[in-house]
Amino acid sequence: MADPALFEFLHTEMVAELWAHHSDPGPGHRPGPSGCHCPPRLPQETLAFREELDILKFLCKDLWVAVFQKQMDSLRTNHQGTYVLQDNSFPLLIRMASGLQYLEEAPKFLAFTCGLLRGALCILGIKSLVTASVASLPTCKFQVVIQKT
Amino acid sequence: MSRPAHRRPEYHKINKDLFVLTYGALVAQLCKDYEKDEDVNKYLDKMGYGIGTRLVEDFLARSCVRRCHSYSEITDIIAQVAFKMYLGITPSVTCNNSSRTEFSLILDKNPLVEFVEELPAGRSSLCYCNLLCGIIRGALEMIHLAADVTFLQDRLKGDRVTEIGITFLRKLDEKKYRRKK
Repeated sequence: MADPALFEFLHTEMVAELWAHHSDPGPGHRPGPSGCHCPPRLPQETLAFREELDILKFLCKDLWVAVFQKQMDSLRTNHQGTYVLQDNSFPLLIRMASGLQYLEEAPKFLAFTCGLLRGALCILGIKSLVTASVASLPTCKFQVVIQKT
Repeated sequence: MSRPAHRRPEYHKINKDLFVLTYGALVAQLCKDYEKDEDVNKYLDKMGYGIGTRLVEDFLARSCVRRCHSYSEITDIIAQVAFKMYLGITPSVTCNNSSRTEFSLILDKNPLVEFVEELPAGRSSLCYCNLLCGIIRGALEMIHLAADVTFLQDRLKGDRVTEIGITFLRKLDEKKYRRKK
C-alpha cells in the first residue's frame, strides 16, 4: 500500500539519525527482521531450492527485483561458502553521486541492505555474515560468508 | 505460462510492503534502545519531521496542487491527495473548532499497522505511527505553517478509530493575500 518513495525517505532518515547516535557503524544490527519477512511473501514455487548456490541466485534475481526493481549485476563464488554480489548501479546510492565523491559516507547507506540480505538468508535456513564495500559510486559489492555451525 | 503474469503483482506488493516492514523493524529496535514510551514517541516524531521536510518537495512536484487559502483546504489536501499518494488511503476530515484551526484526520484503514497485531507488553503509551505526525509537522513547516500534530485516538490502544489531530498555530494573514492579487 505504501508508495515506494516512502522507503527511500525512511532509509535516508534512518542513516542520518542512527549514525548521529551510534558513531561506530556496526554491520546493520537492526534491519534483520525486515529481511526475514520479505521472502515468505514471494511466490511459493520460487522457494524450492536444491543447494546453497540456488539460494544466492534467488537473492540476486527474485529478491533484488522485488526490492530494487532490478537484478544483481554479478554473482561470484569460491564454491567454499563465500559469495560476492555486485550491483553496478545500486538504487540507494545512485542518487547520491557518481564516482569517488561521498565514498566515505557510502557504506552507511549499505548497512540496512546487508541486514536485509542476512535476514533473508536466515529465514531460508542459512546463517551468514554480510558486509558491503564501495570502490566507486554507484557500484557496490556485498560479500556473503556462510557460517558453518 | 501463467507464472510471469502472477509474478509482477507480487513484486509490486513486496516493494510497497518494504516501507511498512522496515518501519516495524525500526520501531522494534527503538523499543530495545529506549525504555520509556515517551522517548520512542519523541524519536519517531523527530525522524518523521526530518522526512516531512523533504517529502513535501516530492509531494509538491508530483501533485501540482494549487495554493490554498485556508487551513481547511490544506487539511483536505493532506487527507485526499497526500495520504492517497503515499499510503493509498483517504482519511476523513473533521473540523474541531469554530475558528477553523483545529482539525482531525480519521483513519479507517492504516497500512503502517498491517503487520501489527497489538502493542508489545508494557508499551501501552507507544504511539506506533508517530512518524506520521512528524511527517505532517515537518512538511507544513516547510511551507511556513506551524502546527501541532498528535494522535488523539489510536486503534492499537483500544480506541474505536485512529485519529490524528492537527492544530494550526498561526493564523494565515488573509488580507495580505487579497492585496497581492
